[in-house]
Amino acid sequence: MTRYTNSSQPATTFSLDGEEVPFTPGDTVLQAAHRVGRYIPHLCWHPGMHPHGSCRLCSIKVNGRPAAACTALASAGLQVENQTPAMQAQRKALLQMLFVEGNHFCPSCERSGNCLLQATASHHEMEGPHFEEFYPARPVDASHPDVLLDHNRCILCGLCVRASQAQDGKDVFAIAGHGIEAHLVVNSPSGKLGDSALSVDDSAAQICPVGALLPKRRGFETPIGERRYDRHSVADAHTQEATAQGHEEDPT
Amino acid sequence: MSTAHPHHAPAPPPYPALPRRKLKVATCSLAGCFGCHMSFLDIDERILQLIEHVEFDRSPLTDLKEVGRCDLGLIEGGLCNAENVEVLRDFRRQCHTLVAVGACAITGGLPAQRNAMSLPHILGEVYQQREGLKTGCAIPNDPELPLLLRQVRPLHEVVQIDYFLPGCPPSADSFWVFLTDLIAGRTPRLASGPIRYD
Ligand code: SF4
Ligand code: SF4
Ligand code: FES
Repeated sequence: MTRYTNSSQPATTFSLDGEEVPFTPGDTVLQAAHRVGRYIPHLCWHPGMHPHGSCRLCSIKVNGRPAAACTALASAGLQVENQTPAMQAQRKALLQMLFVEGNHFCPSCERSGNCLLQATASHHEMEGPHFEEFYPARPVDASHPDVLLDHNRCILCGLCVRASQAQDGKDVFAIAGHGIEAHLVVNSPSGKLGDSALSVDDSAAQICPVGALLPKRRGFETPIGERRYDRHSVADAHTQEATAQGHEEDPT
Repeated sequence: MSTAHPHHAPAPPPYPALPRRKLKVATCSLAGCFGCHMSFLDIDERILQLIEHVEFDRSPLTDLKEVGRCDLGLIEGGLCNAENVEVLRDFRRQCHTLVAVGACAITGGLPAQRNAMSLPHILGEVYQQREGLKTGCAIPNDPELPLLLRQVRPLHEVVQIDYFLPGCPPSADSFWVFLTDLIAGRTPRLASGPIRYD
């Protein structure tokens, strides 16, 4: 079995928790699963974006060995374990770490109910944080007229970085620093969002899976009970990807 | 299918059923808004069913000041001062099973939003610099007042917590599922539906 599939070969399948998933040569495991509506938990992946492989929530076992589903290439006959109790427990621990490393005050967050991190955590039955809270003191950048940047909720998924580069052609964001010091930086003379080239209509301003980058003056627009994850489980096919708040597509 | 052998010993008489004792339950609110207690009361008339199985020890419902030996302690609110820590430790000593109820107890919740600021700054803002205050206002300083902690902290960082009931507040149905599971002798489990962080 080769890792790379020759593109002239017909599409074939791999096994995901015992079910055959078809793929097109060049697909990653996550891409192929997503296309057929099979849920592999993810936070830093978005269809149409290059994979980042940073959140590790999509960790799976490929032929018994751990891998990130968003970066592992699909190939014929792979045996992929996804929804096993052990993988789910590992993902829950990752989610708990993400929560304690930031300041996630969901009851006062405008993204609540439309947040991929929050919905993924409830899906994994995360009842509490388990670990000790860091309570980091991170800045809020409210300098932009239309977009708020709250570093306290940023999970460093790099989606805004990739969207700004690849889709908006602007290069507004980057991730700087290492380890616990890693943080999102803004490309502008002052380092402030208000002095950057970001516009509220940019993909980068709309792609954030959490409440770190939020369009202003739309907060709590959708009443509780009608928000994306009030109406759909995060595991429902194609409900996961963030779109601008207030512009939620109705997932089918 | 097996048929009884004539020489088999007769089946023992059924074990006499023990009279079911009511569960002793205590509740309290630390640094919280009492919203979790209100949500608990939202179980409405189901409280009549509940009262068949539980009796309340220390709780705002009984107004007892000290907690006695209990099967179950439900605590809402986080730790913001020394008294909160003392009450929590008392509950841990007295309750067989301790439950952190709601966002404040589980993560510090909204009160923990003060954690990024220094205490002198906050006290000054509230008691001295606030608009409309007379000049010369002082920060309260009475030995009766419990000392504030530098940061609001969740309960599991100070004592062992057995269960977490998330939500701000947890819904009445979460309380109901949790308590009925426990009373029936099942390990309480909230499915992802009732798990909410808002
Ligand atoms: S970003 Fe998501 S998880 Fe974080 S506080 Fe907001 S709703 Fe909660
Ligand atoms: S601001 Fe949002 S999109 Fe950008 S890195 Fe942080 S979490 Fe990801
Ligand atoms: S989605 Fe694969 S590592 Fe984040």
